[in-house]
Amino acid sequence: MDIQTKKGASARPEFSEAAPASTWQRWTQSDIWYSYKRSPVIIVSSLTFLALVLGAVFSPLFSPYTPFDPASLNLMNGFTKPLSTNAFTGDYFLLGTDDQGRDVLSTILFGLRISLFVGVIAVLFAMTLGVVLGLISGYIGGWLDGVIMRIADIQMTFPSIMVAMLLYGIGKGLIPPDLRDEMAIWVLIISIGLSEWVQFARTVRGATMVEREKEYVQAGHLIGLSRWSIMLRHILPNVTGPILVIATISLALAIIAEATLSFLGVGAPKTQPSLGTLINVGRQYILSGEWWILLFPSLTLLALALSVNLFGDWLRDILNPKLR
Amino acid sequence: MLAFIIRRLGQALLVLMAVGFVSFSMFKFMGDPVENMLGQEATVADRAELEERLGLNDPIIVQYLRYFQRAMSGDFGVSYRAGLPVGEVILDRLPATLELALLSAVFAISLGFVLGVYTAIRRDGYLANFIMTTSLIGVSLPTFLIGVFLIWAFSVNLGWLPSFGRGDTRSLFGVDLAILTVDGLKSMILPAVTLGLYQMTLIMRLVRSEMLEVLRTDYIRFARARGLSQRAINFGHAMKNTLVPVITVTGLQFGSIVAFAIITESVFQWPGVGLLFINAVSFVDIPVMSAYLLLVGVIFVTINLVVDLLYFAIDPRLSVSGK
Amino acid sequence: MKRTILKMTAASLAICAGISAVNAETLRWARAGDSLTLDPHAQNEGPTHTLAHQMYEGLLQRDMSAQIIPALATSWDPTDNPNVWEFKLREGVKFHGGEDFTADDVVFSFNRAMMPTSAMKELLASIKEVRKVDDFTVHIETDGPNPLLPNNLTNLFVMDSDWTTANGCEAPQDIANGGDNPCVRATNGTGAFVLESRKQDAETVLKRNDNYWGIDEFPMEVTEIIYTPIQESATRVAALLSGEVDLIQDVPVQDLARVAGTDGLQLATAPQNRTIFFGMNLGADDLTSDTVEGANPLADGRVREAMNIAINRDAIKKVVMRDQSAPTGVIMPPFVNGWTEALDAYPDYDVAKAKALMEEAGYGDGFGLTLNCPNDRYINDEAICQAAVGMFGQIGITVNLDAKPKAQHFPLITNRETDFYMLGWGVPTFDSEYIFNFLVHTTTDKYGSWNGTGFSNADVDAKIVSLASETDSEVRNDTISQIWDTVKAETLYLPIHNQVLNWGMTETIDFAVQPEDQPHFKFLTFKN
Repeated sequence: MDIQTKKGASARPEFSEAAPASTWQRWTQSDIWYSYKRSPVIIVSSLTFLALVLGAVFSPLFSPYTPFDPASLNLMNGFTKPLSTNAFTGDYFLLGTDDQGRDVLSTILFGLRISLFVGVIAVLFAMTLGVVLGLISGYIGGWLDGVIMRIADIQMTFPSIMVAMLLYGIGKGLIPPDLRDEMAIWVLIISIGLSEWVQFARTVRGATMVEREKEYVQAGHLIGLSRWSIMLRHILPNVTGPILVIATISLALAIIAEATLSFLGVGAPKTQPSLGTLINVGRQYILSGEWWILLFPSLTLLALALSVNLFGDWLRDILNPKLR
Repeated sequence: MLAFIIRRLGQALLVLMAVGFVSFSMFKFMGDPVENMLGQEATVADRAELEERLGLNDPIIVQYLRYFQRAMSGDFGVSYRAGLPVGEVILDRLPATLELALLSAVFAISLGFVLGVYTAIRRDGYLANFIMTTSLIGVSLPTFLIGVFLIWAFSVNLGWLPSFGRGDTRSLFGVDLAILTVDGLKSMILPAVTLGLYQMTLIMRLVRSEMLEVLRTDYIRFARARGLSQRAINFGHAMKNTLVPVITVTGLQFGSIVAFAIITESVFQWPGVGLLFINAVSFVDIPVMSAYLLLVGVIFVTINLVVDLLYFAIDPRLSVSGK
Repeated sequence: MKRTILKMTAASLAICAGISAVNAETLRWARAGDSLTLDPHAQNEGPTHTLAHQMYEGLLQRDMSAQIIPALATSWDPTDNPNVWEFKLREGVKFHGGEDFTADDVVFSFNRAMMPTSAMKELLASIKEVRKVDDFTVHIETDGPNPLLPNNLTNLFVMDSDWTTANGCEAPQDIANGGDNPCVRATNGTGAFVLESRKQDAETVLKRNDNYWGIDEFPMEVTEIIYTPIQESATRVAALLSGEVDLIQDVPVQDLARVAGTDGLQLATAPQNRTIFFGMNLGADDLTSDTVEGANPLADGRVREAMNIAINRDAIKKVVMRDQSAPTGVIMPPFVNGWTEALDAYPDYDVAKAKALMEEAGYGDGFGLTLNCPNDRYINDEAICQAAVGMFGQIGITVNLDAKPKAQHFPLITNRETDFYMLGWGVPTFDSEYIFNFLVHTTTDKYGSWNGTGFSNADVDAKIVSLASETDSEVRNDTISQIWDTVKAETLYLPIHNQVLNWGMTETIDFAVQPEDQPHFKFLTFKN
């Protein structure tokens, strides 16, 4: 719209500072926006991501069928080819159907929703836990560092896959059967989150140990800043680079980890499938000719993870003050 | 330094005991081994009797202490599935996993480093951008799918590489290794790439990111101002300074290579400890699962220790006595 | 003469398939699972028996069409004493180590297989004593008359008494007691193949036994077997498609068309001795996993019948099983004594009638229930359950599917912790009594260990027990048919189908599928 005028204003920063700028104005004048507009890869990947998120959020609106209502399914629709009408039932399917007669497009939209939900919440959980523990460990050190790092050792000893298998097993044992389908997702989130925090903690700790020795931190001590204030306001911003690298990769990784767990039979249940579950089901058809059951969910997952990774790459370069 | 190592080893033992306990508590939820050990003709009484004899009715803490006591003397029990001593079974399988992990780590680190440095130096080059983008495809798909896809492409359609197993092995000091034969190496390519792809991308991105940061620092600018050649700056100064975080992550990644070997080994029927573990899980082979988890524990603790020691070796500012 | 044919086969194979003449008689064989142990009495499990059958033999065995044929025994007959069977043994047989086979080995092996640590002891539970009469005659005495004794002996392998004793493994391996023994690592049987090398989960190599007693009786064209378990079904099929193996068992149903349509490959198909069905807890007063308070909807025969006719077995066959199954109305494959076409007939799929029955039983609004299902045991087990969930949903029963690995699923049944479950049952004795003992009789110490239905009927129990010692086959078969009538009338189980076995192999192989899924490679021939 009137970006032109605003750009003109940004050429003379002293003016825009005089008048209190709205958030939108500040955003459009920022380096981030400038860099964004100049990078077609990022525009494409962020729009892809946005489209996938919208598709997931509004999946009940977009889906031509309700894939998870068992009573509405007709097994005779099974293995319908894409862009075709099933000969028995007369139903039309844009992307075909899977082995249970579920519309592939609808299962992808609903599966995307579950994958995204699991990924985002798991990473938020891991990041919060990891950053706090990493800062404490690296900055305060001493016995606290020892305890945290030993816990991290134990955690690392159980690679993500095993943490998830463990939690899943215990969860399935403890959760009442009628709640299992809903709880299965939370068990997944916690197991993936738990397996990721160590990455954050170790990296933050390593960086903090280096930063701690630097002059500006020593200076902070001298002028009497509190430890938490130094950690959060001075050290943390200096380690955001590595954290962001890991957080981006972690989001994609969490989504992929969930898919991997489906392979081991501990992912989202087949009656409430995530993209990973769909791919794991589709994998069986790689040699049999029903390519659409594998291809479409895989492409969706690829688009999702790739756009997150690309977007993260760009964001990291932009947000890292040292790289400007 | 010696005191530090001894303290860490003491801590490591505690870690291993904790690992053992956690794993013992989880076995209860993984199924009933007796079901697999007896055929379908077994009577109710047979099952009860075997459970009793295996000590499965004892409290977990009792089972655990009994296990740990035996393990300390090197007796890890007998595999419920194979009927052979667990120590022997694991030692028999370990070389297969280690050689696969090693090859994939070599692949990941060497290619990751080269590509990382390249993409950092040619930050905005077309090829560098292309590498950055395409490398992401490998980490945007789950390992098992990549493995299945590689088999589909290279074994079924092209017929170039084997789809399963280790191929021929050759014995070296009594250890059978596939890496020593041409056939074995061919069998290793697909699983090693599958296993190393994710690590390769991660290392590459990390090397690039660290290189870029270092290249912006003052002392590199000074070096440039002093008239040092770009090559000397890139490889002599910049690369050296990317080492700390790269070593941390690479060390940690070696651990996850061992873990992800579970997936790769089962896709490619690679007869290593990962495959052994997966089979043990489906059979509820408690002695093998415990020993495997302890083994993974030992590997991780060792890696952690080595990484910590390397920190000190590389960055003298971090002294042991320092707070 | 056999040798000449063999050489010709080898030569022509080498030309056709372009493989070297040396490998022509080698068979590279893959299946999903590996044998668990080489100790022939330590596990009662399919892949373990299959491998053991190549190296060890029993008194008798089932051939490729599952008919009982002589092996180490040449004849077997009941004696005048109805409790005693007489087995005449084959003379001139040698073990792989060169030891002579005699009656002592048979007595020794039976005693070994009846020890507490043996996994085969349940099949021999009726045996009181095994006696040597002379070097080549053995008497087996049972508790009471046991007309079916030979059926229980087809997987009972004979070991050499001296070799086994010398190796210190007189007792089958006892895993609970640190039970490693040399017989777990080495074999010494009388079978057609000799163990060359073995690495569990990796590779087992067998060589032809050129001193085999049956070398002129069986084709014996395979000179070397390389056996590799490949768990991942896609990898297994890929290995066959890319020519890395010659024969695979357990071909996934979705890949059958691909295998059959690939040049140089063929499929062999046969009905399997295994029925898949659902069991329901109809004995309890109230169920734990349902939404009905204070009553057990499954105890109502009308509900069970409604569920039975709500299952669209033809759709499951067509879509889930790709036509590779035989829908059935009884939990018994056709090989089994007692099977009739009338029993096998399955009810028409009829949602309207099912709904009416639900209404009549007072459950017109339906109810909720959890279905426990294995996900790594039977062909497409979880997919069948998923499909069934949809079908039950259409008559108002909201089923919550709980699919688990077999190690977690089966204890639910044997510990009676499930209200509604999937189970598959094979009948190694090929007689209905086996099914009744485990699945129909009231649960007691000796009987009904897999009867998770809670069904208990004293009259039926008495009939089942009478089968074991009834020597008049007409009376016996009549009792069997009466029991089946009760089972069907009560809708005790919801039968789905009998599984179909598929083996994929190169076109140069001439080999039929064995209904127990046990290939005996001494029968395999190569085509010219």
